[in-house]
Amino acid sequence: MKTNWKQITFLAAAIGFGACMFAANADATDWGKYQVGEHRSGYTYMTDESRAMQNDNFQNPGMLWVEQGAELWAKVDGKAGKSCASCHGESGDSMKGVAARYPVYDQNLGKLQDLEQQINYCLETRMETKPYKWESDEMLSMTTFVSYQSLGMPVNVKVDGPAAAAFEKGKAFYYERRGQLDMACKHCHEDNAGGIIRANTLTQGQGNGFPTYRLKWQKVGSLQRRFRGCNNEVRAKPYPYGSEEYTNLELYVKWRGQGLPIEAPSVRN
Amino acid sequence: MPKLTILVSAAAAVLLLAGSVSADGLVKYKVADNAIQQSLTGKAGDAAEGEKTFTNRKLGNCLACHQVTALAREPFHGEIGPSLDGVAGRYSEAQLRMQVVNAKVINPDTIMPAFYRTDGLHRVLDNFKDKPMLTPEQVEDVVAYLKTLK
Repeated sequence: MKTNWKQITFLAAAIGFGACMFAANADATDWGKYQVGEHRSGYTYMTDESRAMQNDNFQNPGMLWVEQGAELWAKVDGKAGKSCASCHGESGDSMKGVAARYPVYDQNLGKLQDLEQQINYCLETRMETKPYKWESDEMLSMTTFVSYQSLGMPVNVKVDGPAAAAFEKGKAFYYERRGQLDMACKHCHEDNAGGIIRANTLTQGQGNGFPTYRLKWQKVGSLQRRFRGCNNEVRAKPYPYGSEEYTNLELYVKWRGQGLPIEAPSVRN
Repeated sequence: MPKLTILVSAAAAVLLLAGSVSADGLVKYKVADNAIQQSLTGKAGDAAEGEKTFTNRKLGNCLACHQVTALAREPFHGEIGPSLDGVAGRYSEAQLRMQVVNAKVINPDTIMPAFYRTDGLHRVLDNFKDKPMLTPEQVEDVVAYLKTLK
């Protein structure tokens, strides 16, 4: 039998190449759009079951809030006799990209506005009705509906110019130890992301999935609810919803996930 | 007047017995070479009590971050801190005490909370304000328990 060296060499090379590919895969899963450089969406830390739930609109419980939000969008309320749709159009298409760029610095108001604050601004000044309470069903439905219009769009917040001061304050908050446990955001979400604390996997704490349907909450919740939860866990006084401190932190945390896709409503453990 | 004198000297005697107390109401201790040689209570802790404090989620809650094979019956050991199996062989009692009291003396950037400290903290919840996470007795009990992890 004649040895076919050409074939053997090719086979050996193929096996070697395959082994290299396998090794590379073992080191790092390709998370596709859910990873930008070092930054990974919370999606990449969840269980397969949670991811499957998020991926399928019929299974994703957060879609209930999107539907409720769509109804509210069209509902006339207040002295001005308007609904959101009166100014922004029936479909909500005009909201495409909004969740990706919020919070934004509002020149007229001279402050950083997150989505909740902007919604309440519209309710009070344009519709001339009562603002929604933070974390109420109405507010969560509206923020989830509006955010859903940006599904898949990369986070793209502006942190320079007039937003720079808020951004720097948010960053300082992120690195400041607090509470009896004396921990900063970074101790869990930067130094130990991917690690297990009790039964939970720590994520990088990105904001791109909010409002998120959290299985532990059994409902949709805002990023600021998550901040309050974290602060309580380290036995630190939380700030009120809509406070300047948390709004600045929202901007900073959103920026950390710059380029990650908006996943609202995401599903998290 | 004599009554007051008696009271004051009685209080002073209690303080002397308990070891001196710093301005924040905590027992004073001396750090040398990243270690605390003297027991915070002046006596050895109780390892069995220490195990309870160690596992209690409202006290030490040490398993939130660390693993201990001997405590496999307890669910959900965290992984972000090192395993404490054999920790007694790696550190002296005085070093273990320092680590529990205030690990930041050894590593200023550590995530590990200081279990016997109230100064320099920011925005502590009212329920926990000016209270250390553990009492001196609980610290000594945990140190005694750690010494059993050979």
